Amino acid sequence: MALTKDDLLRAYRLMRTIREFEERVHVEFATGEIEGFVHLYAGEEACAVGVMLHLTRADRIASTHRGHGHCIAKGVDVPAMMAEIYGRATGSCRGKGGSMHIADLDKGMMGANGIVGGGPPLICGAALAAKVQGTRQVGVAFIGDGASNQGTTFESMNLATVWNLPAIFVAENNGYAESTAADYHIGAGSLADRAEGFGMPAATVDGHDFFAVHQAAGEAVGRARAGDGPSFIECQVNRYFGHYEGDAQTYRPPGEVEAARANHDCLEMFAGRVSHSAGIERGELDDIDRAVAALIDGAVSSAKADPAPAAADYLTDVYIDY
Amino acid sequence: MARTLTLLQAINEALDQEMERDSSVILMGEDIVGGSGAEGEMDAWGGPLGVTKGLYAKYGDRLLDTPITESAFIGAAVGAAASGLRPVAELMFSDFVGVCFDQIYNQAAKFRYMFGGRAETPVVVRTMYGAGLRAAAQHSQSPYSIFTHVPGLKCVMPVTPYDAKGLLIQAIRDNDPVIFFEHKGLYETEGEVPEQSYSIPFGEANVVREGDDVSIISLGLMVHRSLAAAETLAGEGIQCEVVDLRTTSPLDEDTVLESAENTGRMVVVDEAPPRCSVATDISALVAQHAFDALEAPITLVTAPHTPVPFAGVLEDQYMPDAARIAAAVRRVAGYAQ
Repeated sequence: MALTKDDLLRAYRLMRTIREFEERVHVEFATGEIEGFVHLYAGEEACAVGVMLHLTRADRIASTHRGHGHCIAKGVDVPAMMAEIYGRATGSCRGKGGSMHIADLDKGMMGANGIVGGGPPLICGAALAAKVQGTRQVGVAFIGDGASNQGTTFESMNLATVWNLPAIFVAENNGYAESTAADYHIGAGSLADRAEGFGMPAATVDGHDFFAVHQAAGEAVGRARAGDGPSFIECQVNRYFGHYEGDAQTYRPPGEVEAARANHDCLEMFAGRVSHSAGIERGELDDIDRAVAALIDGAVSSAKADPAPAAADYLTDVYIDY
Repeated sequence: MARTLTLLQAINEALDQEMERDSSVILMGEDIVGGSGAEGEMDAWGGPLGVTKGLYAKYGDRLLDTPITESAFIGAAVGAAASGLRPVAELMFSDFVGVCFDQIYNQAAKFRYMFGGRAETPVVVRTMYGAGLRAAAQHSQSPYSIFTHVPGLKCVMPVTPYDAKGLLIQAIRDNDPVIFFEHKGLYETEGEVPEQSYSIPFGEANVVREGDDVSIISLGLMVHRSLAAAETLAGEGIQCEVVDLRTTSPLDEDTVLESAENTGRMVVVDEAPPRCSVATDISALVAQHAFDALEAPITLVTAPHTPVPFAGVLEDQYMPDAARIAAAVRRVAGYAQ
């Protein structure tokens, strides 16, 4: 799929929105005003956006505990996400889910997921539904390197091949499963080698490089829509923050994040590339930066001012009918 | 018009009628067709006991044989349910929930709540349970209390062919996740079943025998044994009221409490081990809300706190039988403060 200038500006806007959102949540979390467990996606933006540019609203994704970026890229309302993280009645889940469970099924976002490896079976189901209903939609399961070792991931890759499902497995390998290094916890070969063992085409790409992700995802989505079955993509990437907010990250070597920010930042790489080849002026990107900053400012302000859920609501929404 | 069907045939008919009625109903599970990819005949099994036999001929690809991969296919059923289908997944033995519980417990059960009421997950998991077939510790359990404990799930355990058909149709049409327990010792039970489609609402226990002396609250296969005990006891002048819970979530608390108020004496019969069980749950319910009506301690007749044994002489003791139920009823009936 050839990228138009509008596509590129949209991609940049989404990546910048994710970055701004996460940097701001990091700051606001430190004030103590945001409660609970929060896992930030900063540094990994090109993975979500590179994939999501190929998807329509009706295509389905399943996310991880590090899900804000997937939500934003899939079109979930940003102020509603921020409100959810603040536990507000106006949140995506009306304050019942929080950071780890933001979902919007109308946008094809089947939920961030607090269970590592929880998503791949669900995406087999979404892909099966698409196949049964003949919609040509696809399902994308985002996992991390941690979930790459879960049985649900292995089982789902096998089932996707057995049933020839329009499913795509995207492993965002940020080098750490919580505090445990991927070099330690991935037992043999590469993630792509494993996927090939399940009978599907697999690619390994630089997850900071939007264009590399976009290219690999385009091939995978094309195969899925054509009825040619599942694919796997490993995106090798850095996370700029800890496993969770509050993680001192003493397991990381000094300077690792700084080096990644300086040399492999997806936004900088993207800006450099488009200014050389796509005729996009830095000023256009700066305009997007300003608009995004205002969006996030507004989202934080409104989230802080929005009402908490009604106390009695803790009893509702367990069942549709009981 | 009603005919005599077995419980197995009633379930097959419910699946057939719902698949006919609603093209979004699909079935998946291990060997539910049987023979997929093999050189011999398709529909070789129709499930290990033949419950889904014959449906493949009518509905073809809407029945999906799965690899032995419970996490993936139970999760796929959940994901498909959240994506517009009404899947009925067969978890061959309920004991196998150990390898796929996350997809039921953390995913299906919690979507609606976690997502602020903005999700529907109309999935049914049909699953075999129960002892008595010498199937030993990993193929004989009655783990319904584990599911009953989980907010967001509904738990159903039919006792008669009539109920099996009506409750399964309700389960498939229901918009919440339903775990449908089929006792492997009840599949050959016969009873009258109307040909036409009908559904039985959840949360309505069935008073299957009326009596004023002692209440027997029971579920699943144990309802039959409770009825057998009640018949014996009637000959001794003890009239039992036997209640079949039919669903443990939602639970028909009113019928249980009304029975306690009526008789003042209660025996709870449950095939599962007793800790944190349906039996203790019923007992706590009555102790909390009908204490003043009680004329005797609530007595539980359950399996012991052990795994299910293999050898006949062991397993026959493990399962509550009519004699043990009758003995418990006699103690309760004769209790004087």
